[in-house]
Amino acid sequence: MSNRKSRKRLWMGLGIAAVVGAVALLVTGGLKDNVVFFLTPSELEAKGADVYDQPLRLGGQVKPGTVDWDAEASELEFVLRDDSSQVRVHSDGAPPSMFQAGIGVVVEGHYSRDGVFRSDRVMVKHSNEYSAPKEGEHPQEAYRTLIEKNGQ
Amino acid sequence: MLDLNLLGTASVVAALIGALCTAGVGYWAGYRRRPRLDVVARRGVYFVFFAMTAALAVMEIALLTHDFSVSYVASVGSRQTPAYYTAISLWSSLDGSILFWGWILAAYAALVARANRNTYPRMMPYVNATMMVVGVFFFTMLVGPANPFGEVSPVPADGPGPNPLLQNHPLMGLHPPLLYLGYVGMAVPFAFAVAALLTGNLGEKWIRASRRWMLPPWAFLSLGIVAGAWWSYEVLGWGGYWAWDPVENASFLPWLTATAFLHSVMVQERRGMLKTWNLSLVMGTFLLTLFGTFLTRSGILDSVHAFTEGLIGPIFLAFMTFVLVASLGLIAWRSDRLHAPGTLEDVASRETAFIFNNLLFVALTFTVLLGTVFPLIVEAFEGSRISVGPPYFDMVSAPIGLALLFLMGIGPALPWGRADWDRVRRTFAVPLGVGLAVSAATLAVGVRQVYPVLTFGAAGFVMTTIADEFRRGMEARRRISGARGLRALWELLAKNRRRYGGYVVHTGIVVIVVALSISRAWRFEREATIQTGEAMTIGDYRVELAEVWGEDQPQRFVVGSTFDISSGEGDRLGTMEPSLNFYPNSEQPIATPAVRSSPKEDLYLTLMAFDSEEGRHATVRAIVNPGVPWLWIGGLIVGLGAILAVWPTGSTRTSRSVSIPHRAADRRGDEGPP
Repeated sequence: MSNRKSRKRLWMGLGIAAVVGAVALLVTGGLKDNVVFFLTPSELEAKGADVYDQPLRLGGQVKPGTVDWDAEASELEFVLRDDSSQVRVHSDGAPPSMFQAGIGVVVEGHYSRDGVFRSDRVMVKHSNEYSAPKEGEHPQEAYRTLIEKNGQ
Repeated sequence: MLDLNLLGTASVVAALIGALCTAGVGYWAGYRRRPRLDVVARRGVYFVFFAMTAALAVMEIALLTHDFSVSYVASVGSRQTPAYYTAISLWSSLDGSILFWGWILAAYAALVARANRNTYPRMMPYVNATMMVVGVFFFTMLVGPANPFGEVSPVPADGPGPNPLLQNHPLMGLHPPLLYLGYVGMAVPFAFAVAALLTGNLGEKWIRASRRWMLPPWAFLSLGIVAGAWWSYEVLGWGGYWAWDPVENASFLPWLTATAFLHSVMVQERRGMLKTWNLSLVMGTFLLTLFGTFLTRSGILDSVHAFTEGLIGPIFLAFMTFVLVASLGLIAWRSDRLHAPGTLEDVASRETAFIFNNLLFVALTFTVLLGTVFPLIVEAFEGSRISVGPPYFDMVSAPIGLALLFLMGIGPALPWGRADWDRVRRTFAVPLGVGLAVSAATLAVGVRQVYPVLTFGAAGFVMTTIADEFRRGMEARRRISGARGLRALWELLAKNRRRYGGYVVHTGIVVIVVALSISRAWRFEREATIQTGEAMTIGDYRVELAEVWGEDQPQRFVVGSTFDISSGEGDRLGTMEPSLNFYPNSEQPIATPAVRSSPKEDLYLTLMAFDSEEGRHATVRAIVNPGVPWLWIGGLIVGLGAILAVWPTGSTRTSRSVSIPHRAADRRGDEGPP
């Protein structure tokens, strides 16, 4: 009787241990491969060769006068800067609609050996929390011609 | 003119004082067993509900009449915002959402007090008191750091309007209330758990009560999560519906533990096992709702160090610690009464399936929680900022989810107690065969991705076991009442709401999982800049840019693009108009993607950029999203099943045993304390 009971316990224990072990493996492996470091251009400059070809997020400001958007090839180039440093960024695909010179952006990709940050995703920084809005621009004025074209 | 600041603040203060007194009276009434004081506590709960309703009404009046002397109205109101969005801007920012939260809590408390005024005489004073303690926490925030009724002077002429993301789609009126109803409702089973521990009566009663009160919030939370995914899909313009964002994870975590509880509670009902486990799940679920609110409302996500700047983060942290310590303390205090009268009889039994189901749910909770807080831990200890990408969550959740899907087919078909192997073989032969056939067919049509092949096979297996359960149930109905066909199905559903409602929920989940799998495996997208009159092709669609236009609306300026859609063969399918909306209070435009749904797939267009001078060209991202419409349909099925399971019925308990053709039906005597 107790033999049957202990065998039952053994099976349950083995099953539970297997599940827990598999999940632990998944978690450690998953975390190791999918942690993305967030750097600023100066931090990237300081780390340099240490972070070549690692998945990274780079946050900074789009330097005015450096944005080059090639609509035909769907390629975007610009310089991302912070207070003391700057990095050239190359990105495939259209910039997000609110992308403009001077705006804060986060780019996701990797730092390649030629010193260019190759990005596959450009995100305009926006706060997650509902902060009080700042004095915004007035797009009505900028795009007035589109309304007039419609004869409105 | 009426002073709305004063009226609102007075209502909230009244609610706070009422909740404090009621909590005191309730615990005293429970401790001294004074029925007359019970009545006082119950009236106190009603009083708090009325005070909070008054506060809510004052806020809505202030919002709709644009009374900018009220601080919350001044921060989210605007004369240009349409009335609908003004009304729902109650939950568009922190202070208002905590007010809404507090009101829902008061409403749940009043509902529980009213519904159970003649039942659970020993537990109810404690339940009322515990609900009020939770209330005290939220009302304190409303009186203090998150007071939405602050006085603004001088009174501004107009306000900035709500967060543009939250006034861009009508779903915003549905998604947050559903989530809040789910989130806040988890306090009720928690209150029952605390009451059970305080009375020391840890048998069947609290389990029945907390199961009953867990189901509605669980259903709301499920619908809220699906509505949130839908909102994300319709508003954010990236063509996805779930990004493993911390805010999304915060809603998912308590759902996981609540779902685990809804299963493990059956093991305690039938077999008297898992007492401590069930208490822990209920308490953990409530803690996770607090944690989720803390995560999304304290600003901690922006930076670990940011949240201490306000008072809200520390207050939340203090309350969470209090709840955790009190819960653990209560469980430890009553540990002598928590030993299980029942034991596991056999490894091959439904309770084993449920134990592994729970193990997997908790493992999934743990992995999602870890991925969500890992960046915070790293920042706190090492100072470097990291993020854990969606691939982590996909990688860990896919196998666990698949295992859970598979168990969904095994558990309900196994008997309680001890399985008879011949019967197990007979029960599973056909479903397993169907599952293998589905997997083989998926392989045969050329699919080589692992997850779709496994998922479809598991889905076929589960659906066959569910169909088999229905078939057996209907046969039993025929034996009992002679009903056949649809009538038998109707009787079955009507008499066994909980059980068959559960199967309907399972069906909805299977639909969702299959849709997820399809949309992840076969989604494709193309981005192009198109001149007016020209077209791009994606899949079977031809997308031609007809026009780029602008339109002034009261609260915003819209730049839209009109695309003529036709099929590859040249049949006209209609037009789609993705647009960008420019709100005066936002530097960035908010996209309104255009979605064309068919049973097979969605065509999803997002306007990315446009020629702002003459409107001659537009850059569009086109995505073909197969299977996505079925996500929402699956969500509706889950909701229907949950309603079926929750619907009050007097006859469930007597009719349950006759329709279960398992010998387990005879084991109901095991329930409860010996």
